Amino acid sequence: MTTTEARLSSSGPKQSRRAELSRWWNARSRPQQWGLLVPVAALIYLLPVLNPPIITTEPATSFPIALFNAAVFALIAIGLNVVIGQAGLLDLGYVGFFAIGAYTAALLSSPDSELGVRFPWLVIVPIAMVVTMISGVILGTPTLRLRGDYLAIVTLGFGEIVRLLADNIDPLRGNRGFQDIARPGGAYSDGTPIFTQNDAQGFYWLAVTIVIIILLFMGNLERSRVGRAWIAVREDEDAAELTGVPTYRFKIWAFAIGAAVGGLSGTLFAAQVGFVNNQRFDVTTSILYLAAVVLGGQGNKIGVVVGAFLVSYIPDRFQFEPEYRFLVFGLALIVLMIFRPQGLLGMRQHLLTFGRQAYQKLFGAGTGVAPTSLTPATRPAGEPPEAVPDDRSGSRPEGGGE
Amino acid sequence: MVRRRFAAAGALVAAAALVLSGCANQSGSGPAQTSAAPAPAQPNNAVLPAGDGQGRCAPGTSIAYVGTLAGQNAALGQAIANATELAVNQHNQANPGCQVTLVKADSGGTPDTAVGPTQAVINNQAVLGIVGLPFSGESKAVGPALNAAGLVNITPSATNPGLTQNGWTTFFRGLGNDAVQGPAAAKWMQQKFTPQSICVIKDDSDYGIGLAQAVTQALGPQVAACQGDVKTNQKEFSATVGQVQQANPQAIFYAGYYTEASPLIQQLRDAGVQTPFVAPDGVKDEQFVVNAAGSANGSFLTCPCVPQEGFTAFTQAYQQAYNTPPQTYSAEAYDAATILLQGIDKGANSRPALLNFVKSYNGQGLTKKFQWQPNGELTDTPVYVYRVDGDKIVTDSPITG
Amino acid sequence: MFLDRFWANTINGLSYGSIYALVALGYTLVYGVLQLINFAHSEIFVIGVFGVYFTFLALGFQPGQTPNVPLAGIIANLVLAGAVGMILAGVAAVILERVAYRPLRKRNAPRLAFLITAIGASFVIQQIFRITRGSNPEGTIRLLPPEPLFRIFGAPVTNLQVIIILAALALFVIADSFVNRTRLGRGVRAVAQDPATATLMGVNRERVIMITFLLGGLLAGAAALFYLMTIPQGAVFNGGFLLGIKAFAAAVLGGIGNLRGALLGGLILGIAENYGQSLFGGDWRDVVAFVLLVGVLMFRPTGILGESLGKARV
Repeated sequence: MTTTEARLSSSGPKQSRRAELSRWWNARSRPQQWGLLVPVAALIYLLPVLNPPIITTEPATSFPIALFNAAVFALIAIGLNVVIGQAGLLDLGYVGFFAIGAYTAALLSSPDSELGVRFPWLVIVPIAMVVTMISGVILGTPTLRLRGDYLAIVTLGFGEIVRLLADNIDPLRGNRGFQDIARPGGAYSDGTPIFTQNDAQGFYWLAVTIVIIILLFMGNLERSRVGRAWIAVREDEDAAELTGVPTYRFKIWAFAIGAAVGGLSGTLFAAQVGFVNNQRFDVTTSILYLAAVVLGGQGNKIGVVVGAFLVSYIPDRFQFEPEYRFLVFGLALIVLMIFRPQGLLGMRQHLLTFGRQAYQKLFGAGTGVAPTSLTPATRPAGEPPEAVPDDRSGSRPEGGGE
Repeated sequence: MVRRRFAAAGALVAAAALVLSGCANQSGSGPAQTSAAPAPAQPNNAVLPAGDGQGRCAPGTSIAYVGTLAGQNAALGQAIANATELAVNQHNQANPGCQVTLVKADSGGTPDTAVGPTQAVINNQAVLGIVGLPFSGESKAVGPALNAAGLVNITPSATNPGLTQNGWTTFFRGLGNDAVQGPAAAKWMQQKFTPQSICVIKDDSDYGIGLAQAVTQALGPQVAACQGDVKTNQKEFSATVGQVQQANPQAIFYAGYYTEASPLIQQLRDAGVQTPFVAPDGVKDEQFVVNAAGSANGSFLTCPCVPQEGFTAFTQAYQQAYNTPPQTYSAEAYDAATILLQGIDKGANSRPALLNFVKSYNGQGLTKKFQWQPNGELTDTPVYVYRVDGDKIVTDSPITG
Repeated sequence: MFLDRFWANTINGLSYGSIYALVALGYTLVYGVLQLINFAHSEIFVIGVFGVYFTFLALGFQPGQTPNVPLAGIIANLVLAGAVGMILAGVAAVILERVAYRPLRKRNAPRLAFLITAIGASFVIQQIFRITRGSNPEGTIRLLPPEPLFRIFGAPVTNLQVIIILAALALFVIADSFVNRTRLGRGVRAVAQDPATATLMGVNRERVIMITFLLGGLLAGAAALFYLMTIPQGAVFNGGFLLGIKAFAAAVLGGIGNLRGALLGGLILGIAENYGQSLFGGDWRDVVAFVLLVGVLMFRPTGILGESLGKARV
């Protein structure tokens, strides 16, 4: 790894502007960051109501539904990012987990299901997440000893097997599918239900809320021991193993957590459409998920949300020209990759634990507040201040930069 | 029809017309049943989109086509969209007082992609009725939304019997469902082959599964003991061929679409299996004959659609407008659009009014008499048998119970 | 049922496996040299299929009819169509490399970026065929109907199967000796082993990469001819998708980056899925293929032969 400065000097003006922005952002205090984020979040929530011209997909396709699909896509991308971006495991069968989530919802709530139960959606969600988590562990236990592209093809095989089983095993109903899958309850004050197929607004808000919650959760996870272990595995698995990181266990964790998020998105999707059959869970879909992660910038959770939005939104936006929309989409993928090979928002190699304090010490808070006054009182005694520059020597952080 | 494509089917019309006189006579060759209407040689009284030319409606009044327009399964959707468009154009030409706009929405043909465009159409208050959706899967997915919006939709091709059992009041089917065609086909095979054994082979589509079930049930488990499965887009059928060779049946019924049926029959014939091949409307397509390259000769095709020789004017107009003959469900779509346009002409200026009009509609279309039961099924749905003769599909006989 | 058709399935599997193997060679060559899963290779194959098909059309054959041409004429026509298919696929592969991959290489893009570009290119090629040729398969043109030539343990072996298996083996031997015995092939192996050192030793890396793509494309074009001979309904815009995945699986099964592994993997996959569908029914064919792949990788994590292209020795 080079130091921060080496990175800055080696990159072009555009890169350094971004780096500056990123540095500026890192120097904000938590409340300041929140203060900036809340209006952005509010804007995102209001999108279907504002229905802004040019951005809207109407009249060709419903804008709230397009947004809902994009939000579900974002959720999927966040989950897949744990596996690919954080832990560096190439998973081409992620759609399998999405399918398992959707099918769990269908089996537990559709009248077509042979189980004969009609659980409410809120009960289904944790069950589906546990089921997908278990299937993630089942898939991961034997396969995670494989490396690189072998893992890719095995996961691809897994995704196909899940789809084919849905096709071949009679109780899973193949192409016939499951109707009337449970939706979340709740009604507006005038009695109309919030979550209906017709009005995706409620579903969109629900999906965005879940995305935000998962993002916060992932942010914390990233900064934790688990997150650091993942990065160690991603950067150099052998080195990680030698320095005492139980790589295999952490890889399984990445798989399981990624799978659970996939399952959650599957239940969301199933609830909104209200119908599940085997028509969506093919390899192409899996590859589109991968495209979302890579396009946005693997390892950068905000990046993958943006990437997912684009992958879901571009075909919807060109819905009015159905003949050419996938051609446009394919060209967009090539062009975006050529001009931004690292993804739209590349991976941010930055300090994790106590990173904020370190950045503030290094670059100043930029708000007139003396950096020292922000020194955390929260640092637990006895824990080594990893990656925090030594105050006395004033040296650069070891783990900083790329 | 569930979710697949259909291409050129109408080149058969000219040839079929030649044999019509010979075939139509057979319609009386059995005890008359509800599903055995005689071939309408020329539906003189058929209602056409032009109407009486006195239609009056508010400017901007629209009907919509919702269904696949691009993608793998698009050919069927295109044909339906074209026929709908043709009906609207003819209507607008004849009725200066009522210019109806056609809104086309691409559903993508799958359940998850259909919801968005359908909702966009629902939100468009100018749309009073829909022709579509073509496939059963997507129809299942959007049915609740259309029902809640009270927006009448007539499908020209979705044949899954379950679609009318959801309590939706807005769903109408413009052709016989699989539960009509399946038993009819079984009955016909029993009469024709007096079989000890029939191999029922199905693909993995909603359509294939449902139809195979209906046929198997009607034949009885003894006769239909030989059951085979193939997959959509499968192109190599050695397992199925082996199965058929083993069972040595009197006939093969293939419940699926022509894309798989052509290589299947070719590989059967290549392997020396000469068993009669019977297939449903999903296979009734010129593409089946062309892609099987001679192997299709002598196959039988059942279809809940009446022979097209009765409506040459439509065929010509379609050919002229789109430079391709109409396809398997074009005429059904044309009829569906005609009914909606009739309603608008007759003063149905809101969604509830048009819904009521369709509910109580009773009139002759090109393809059949249109009158619906309360659940949205037609009261009278004839099933016909066609036959591949050389490189043409010709009318064989109506199924007469 | 299974035992009755054992030999028939074996022969059929070998014939299919040969086609998989030829396509798998393209994956393996590119992977060996660039460590890149060329997901657009299945579309290169489709270009080959359409190349063969258009040649048939240009030669005056009509869809739907089995032409009445003497055998020598048929063979000449098939060879001509195969040559056109190979050249088109080869050229397309080189263009793909130029347009989609080289700019990324110049920018030192991460490996996954190549994967996404490959997917994008795959979409573009498919859509071009769909928009220009429609979504229905092209009408069948079959020059050579299968006729049983002789029997092995009672199982008929058709003329098509003999031609395909022999021709595929011949092409494999040519490709293998090209990589292992020629000067250019040595360059390919050198780059596969260590690109930096190879460049220092005077190997033109760009040229090696171009040759690799060309070779992979040529083999895919040949596979396209055999595929269209077996499945005359195969000329359709998305016809390469499943075959591409299977061929990629075959390459991994044998040990990706290893030419002989690709051959072995292709044949094993072809035979296994034929046994599988005979045992469990036609709809379990693909499940068997993927379960086999996962199972083998459990025990041989780098595939059956498991060497890299660079280490392949004569």
